[in-house]
Amino acid sequence: MNNSLLVVLVANGIGFGTPLLYASLGELLAERSGVLNLGVEGMMLIGAVTGFWTVERFHASTGAALAAAVGVAALAGAATSLIHAFLVITLRASQIVSGLALTIFAGAAGLSSYFGNDFNLGENPARHTFHTVFPASWQRWPIVGPIVFGHNVLVYVSWALVVLVSLYLTRTRLGLNLRAVGDAPAAADAMGINVAAYRYAHVLVGGALAGVAGATFTLAITPQWVDGITGGAGWIAIALVIFAFWRPELCLVGAYFFGALQDLAPELQARGIHLGPTALWTNTLPYLMTIVVLVLVSASSTRRWLGAPAALGTPYVREER
Amino acid sequence: MVAVPAASLVFAFFASGLVLLATGHNALSSYRRLFDAAFLNHGALGDTLVSATPLAFTGLAAAAAFRMRLFNIGGEGQLYIGAITAAAAGLYFGGSGGPSAFAIAAMVAAGCAGGAAWALIPGILRAFFRTNEIIVSLMLNYVAGYLLTYLIFNSQSYFRQTTGFNASVFPTSKELPSSAVWPAATVHVHGGVALPLGAGLAVLAAVLLWVLYARTRFGFEATVLGDSPRAARYAGMRTRRKIVAVMAISGAIAGLGGASQDGDFRHTLDADPNGLQRQFYGYSGIVVAALARYNPLAVLLVAFLIGGLQNAGNSLQGPDFPAGLVGVMQGIILFSALGGELLVRYRVRVRRRDRAGAAPAPEAT
Repeated sequence: MNNSLLVVLVANGIGFGTPLLYASLGELLAERSGVLNLGVEGMMLIGAVTGFWTVERFHASTGAALAAAVGVAALAGAATSLIHAFLVITLRASQIVSGLALTIFAGAAGLSSYFGNDFNLGENPARHTFHTVFPASWQRWPIVGPIVFGHNVLVYVSWALVVLVSLYLTRTRLGLNLRAVGDAPAAADAMGINVAAYRYAHVLVGGALAGVAGATFTLAITPQWVDGITGGAGWIAIALVIFAFWRPELCLVGAYFFGALQDLAPELQARGIHLGPTALWTNTLPYLMTIVVLVLVSASSTRRWLGAPAALGTPYVREER
Repeated sequence: MVAVPAASLVFAFFASGLVLLATGHNALSSYRRLFDAAFLNHGALGDTLVSATPLAFTGLAAAAAFRMRLFNIGGEGQLYIGAITAAAAGLYFGGSGGPSAFAIAAMVAAGCAGGAAWALIPGILRAFFRTNEIIVSLMLNYVAGYLLTYLIFNSQSYFRQTTGFNASVFPTSKELPSSAVWPAATVHVHGGVALPLGAGLAVLAAVLLWVLYARTRFGFEATVLGDSPRAARYAGMRTRRKIVAVMAISGAIAGLGGASQDGDFRHTLDADPNGLQRQFYGYSGIVVAALARYNPLAVLLVAFLIGGLQNAGNSLQGPDFPAGLVGVMQGIILFSALGGELLVRYRVRVRRRDRAGAAPAPEAT
């Protein structure tokens, strides 16, 4: 039963979807504050390379090394996002061009590749990797075994994070303030909320989560370093935020759905099932579905109802209030 | 006019120098070798043109759209689609013998049409549904990339070589017939510099684009639409048509860049994951356009400079010159061009905090 296509897809979809979930939760927080950050792919790669570097060079027990690696990846991701935050919040530069610049700067042909090559990280598999948490006998239980108990600790932390972000946005004062900053910065400013501080904080948290997402690749999914190892996952994460209507719980559903799609082509092939050009449509479906969702949300009436932050992408200029 | 781009370049070299120093390299000697490899070494200029030609196309494509504040960042995908359609035309119309004007013209037309069609998807969605063209064009880059890979690696398409020994070992694409290979003029200086036909087409496209924006009603209206959509609407300008037309022009230029990749340089439809798709010409084109401040003629010059950087980065890649430095520099160039632009627009005044504790704010002039 645990080898049936559906169970395998859900279980693997959770594994492949975890970096998408971390990155999209981070992007969601940044976008809820009104800042679009197209640099996710770059920040993820910085997290991936620095996390990998840490487990290679930091000699400690597996647990300590991995914890340090995730911490370093988060810090590096946050530091990278600081460039974007400074340019778009303080200097009010175009969020689109700045985000793209961040991906060019840090991405597959940029700083992450520079670090990887300069420190010769591409040679070996990771010295420490994340493994499944629960005993093997639990993982053999029908259905819930692979789906619930078959994962590493990063997956379970991401589940807690979804709950936390969801509670934060709907149940805490800070979260409500954040939504005010993203929807009506002038009104938020008048209420005495420091718009710039909120935006900085959430862009940085977004960067940290993107860094963790990148480390998920190099420490769990494919434990090694290759230039551009994330393979466009950062862009899928940006798409996912739109796809999930800016809601954390839908980010989880979408991330696992897109994750399962990544696994669909090899699974179908292994089972000898042919459904047209599988490699083409499974890979492109996340992007095509996002375009469809974008068209649906672009009518202004549905846009508000679906939860797009009203001030997304626009700098806040106090003098023009 | 020139101060911001020039200062951006200087700052980028300075900041990347810090990266080099921090990782234990000698920045000055690295730059020396970079400059030599880009422009001075034997045959360097020819190689620089190979990198500069596609950047000129993608830079012009970005400049054409960004001028009107249409953020077409789909140049990457439009270039792939142009390469696919142009390769189809070249394979279909080309024959043996020397370069045939008909086959080349067919490739140019097909490349433009393919790129334009791909750009029309975000263009039409933006014009009629007010869908964000940035995200749509970006998503389509990946769709185009997967399509390109699929045509050679996962299918028995028209473009794939299906006979011969190599084809049975590794998926390869068909070579273009010899009459579909674009000619190049050789200038006999410094060991011979090949001027590809594509470089000439890029210059032509730049001039046409400059005329369009500086000398025609269409270009004027597009600029007004970008700067002040409201004024344009009151003046009765047709917003939707213009969005669709500008996106088509932008995509056509990027698609032409794809055709030039087939005809000038690769002589096949390059779907190798480490080939065309690792060059990121579309994204670098945005750096080129921003540094040229969306001026088509300046795009040519900047494309040459950035092309030199890219060429040097490729040829120097090795233990004491880590790959990735070029991307770092391009990113910093774009950051500083962005920051510099704002320093020009806003006069920054530093004031002491007054008693109420108001933060010093940059003043809009």
